[in-house]
Amino acid sequence: MYLRMGWRNIWRNPRRTMVILTAIIIGVWSMIALGALMKGISNQMILNGIATLTGHIQIHAPGYSDDPVVENSIMAPEELEAKLAKLLPPGSHVSARIRVSATANNARHADGVTIVGVDPGAEAKVSFIGHAVKIGRYLNSNDPNGIVIGKALAEKFETGLGKKLVLMSQDRSKNIASRAFVIVGIYRAELEATEKQYIFMNKDVAQQMLGLGKGISEISILLPENDLTTPVTDRLRAALPIQKFDIRPWLELLPMARGYLKIYDTFILIWYLVVFTAMAFGIINTTLMAVYERMREFGLMKALGMKPAWIIEEVVVESLFILLLGVAVGDAISIATVYALSLHGIDLSAFAAGSEFAGVARVIYPLVDARNVISANAVVFVLGILISLYPAAKAARFTPREALLHN
Amino acid sequence: MISIDVKMAWRNVWRNPRRTILTICAIAFACILLVFMVSWQLGSYETMINAAVDIHMGHLQIQAKGYQQKHDINLAVSDPRSLGRILDKIPEVSAYTYRADAFTLASSRDRTYGVLVIGIDPEKEAQVSTLKRSLREGRYLSEGDTDQALVGKLLARNLRVRVGDELVLLGQGRDGSVAATVVRVKGIYSSGQDDFDRSSIQIPLGYFQDTYAMGDAVHEVVIRSDTLKDVPIVKTVLQHDIKKEGRRNLDVLDWTELMPGLIEVIQIDVTSGFIFYFVLIIVVAFSILNTFLMAILERKKEFGVFMAMGTTPTRLVKLLLMESTAMTLIGIVVGTCAGILLTWYFQVHGIFISGAEDILRQYGMPERIHPRLSIISIILGPSLVLVITFLTALYPALRVRRLRPVEAISST
Repeated sequence: MYLRMGWRNIWRNPRRTMVILTAIIIGVWSMIALGALMKGISNQMILNGIATLTGHIQIHAPGYSDDPVVENSIMAPEELEAKLAKLLPPGSHVSARIRVSATANNARHADGVTIVGVDPGAEAKVSFIGHAVKIGRYLNSNDPNGIVIGKALAEKFETGLGKKLVLMSQDRSKNIASRAFVIVGIYRAELEATEKQYIFMNKDVAQQMLGLGKGISEISILLPENDLTTPVTDRLRAALPIQKFDIRPWLELLPMARGYLKIYDTFILIWYLVVFTAMAFGIINTTLMAVYERMREFGLMKALGMKPAWIIEEVVVESLFILLLGVAVGDAISIATVYALSLHGIDLSAFAAGSEFAGVARVIYPLVDARNVISANAVVFVLGILISLYPAAKAARFTPREALLHN
Repeated sequence: MISIDVKMAWRNVWRNPRRTILTICAIAFACILLVFMVSWQLGSYETMINAAVDIHMGHLQIQAKGYQQKHDINLAVSDPRSLGRILDKIPEVSAYTYRADAFTLASSRDRTYGVLVIGIDPEKEAQVSTLKRSLREGRYLSEGDTDQALVGKLLARNLRVRVGDELVLLGQGRDGSVAATVVRVKGIYSSGQDDFDRSSIQIPLGYFQDTYAMGDAVHEVVIRSDTLKDVPIVKTVLQHDIKKEGRRNLDVLDWTELMPGLIEVIQIDVTSGFIFYFVLIIVVAFSILNTFLMAILERKKEFGVFMAMGTTPTRLVKLLLMESTAMTLIGIVVGTCAGILLTWYFQVHGIFISGAEDILRQYGMPERIHPRLSIISIILGPSLVLVITFLTALYPALRVRRLRPVEAISST
């Protein structure tokens, strides 16, 4: 009975109901839209970070993360790789790399870079480089002099395909190792900083140049599912000797993404509360009005023996309907807009230098996260019911006498 | 006549105090939030810009054309002293210094890293950047020093050097010759910007020019103006004076050109902030639209009587707009004052966002953010609220014109 009465009551003044519904719909829309936008940014930051050499899990020699030099290498990786093959879930990909800082020189320029020595086949399955070469070609397993560099580095050095580049780095016996290489491919990456930093070459070439033997700097693991990161990290930490291997999941390796994830929830919750407060004033006022203009009605109901609790229930049911409608329509509209925006993404290319500076992708694809939608709905719904208790309690307190005398 | 209308409007506003107060609260809430948020945004931009300017960049730089993009050692500024004479004459310039730099291999006893070696004028540098103040160990360079160097803290850790240790520098001079020298670490600094502390060492400018065969040339003339606002003036004057001297191969770059990423991040933030404020105000507007609507619909009879007595609809509209404007203004004044107080409290104490340290470091910002009150941050939000609430009130008020006295009086 409450339900039918409540539903009819809210349509007694359709304009008023429509106005407050609009406030709720816009509010819910803005909550979900902001959530989707931030989720999109953080999601891309993570995917991009994982693809840019991090992988889901990395294994180093202890000390490498503080002091990434050739001395801190894993010298006998075969045993580790054999163990990994047994420990990792099927569908995982593993790439063993050399990664050391170096200087690149040509006739006109010199700058600091990072040499990444890879097994071309294994690396292509783990990181972005497999499909990122836009000019020339990717490395093949027989490339004693070939390197692949980023587009931004090529521009900075005023160089191109087939040109020479001299790379210098410290080898294992602390001497400067220097060698000339030929650029065979030029890649593009999401961030220019990546393009300027990494120079790819064959693993055995790097090992030879640095006097590393079979040694490697790191092992990067790409799992079939992101959700497996934590359990697999735990399993590896339990199975491998901790004093020989430093095993870290991506969350510990990407400080920006971690920072973003940390403030993300707080930030969204604050926005939810702010928007809710803005509409709360409207909900209270509208419900109060609806209650006061029906004072006589409530008085009469009470005179006929309706208990105060039932009146509260009646008023709350009315709010419930308005909130339900507002939330449902708000959800539908916001999911539709987010979907429309995610088809082509929000293009920040006009602010390329800015997005680079912030470490954000050039095109942002907003992403609806079920958790956000649920929490937005819950905030509006629960707090909405709570605040409508105030007008409801007012209505329950009308005595039949004063209510019937009220004009 | 007006005074009667005003009096009437004022009394009408308080016919239903609870409703009025709730409406005022909604408006005040929007104002508090906007004053605070806009101050917050402007404050953090200022912190970001100042951090970049103070640590290394300066407000403006004079460079050879193309140096900003290529960083080619050959694109140098010759005879920098003559530029100094121009700068001395510009009153808004508070300090300036000369720098030259080259990418070089630096080796300690057991480590080698590629670094940027920067030649600085110790005395002038101290007036332009925070380098001298950010020294953590050892001593700052002094006039007459030669083979001494300052090293960033993170670089010192990577190279495993301490004050007094030797560093071998191996680079390429301007004439293509090998530039090699040994310097002793005199001091270690920590600027707070990781990138800078990880990648640069400073040596005296004269010694740099000898080692890298630079003659008297430098790469950057770094300029500080009195305030950020003076930058455009200084830039215009400088461009004019340099042209007069006939030095066409020089560029005057301000901070927005030296760090294009920074200004674009600010632009993105301003735009997205504005969108969200707008959405918020619209939600508030719909929240209070009902109050304005009700205030009119429940008084149909009253308006009918007014009209029957000869009140023109225009006057009624005016009366109603006065009522809504009165509510809006109270809300705005209360909200703005409360917003100023709240912002001022945090301006003094700063805000610490736990978990945001990693992100803030990326922008070279301190862990505590201080919002900054300014005329703009106080006026911008509330005036936006004023305009939108006025437009909101317009719709119900104009409906009064459609009332017909007879129908209105007989309506229930």
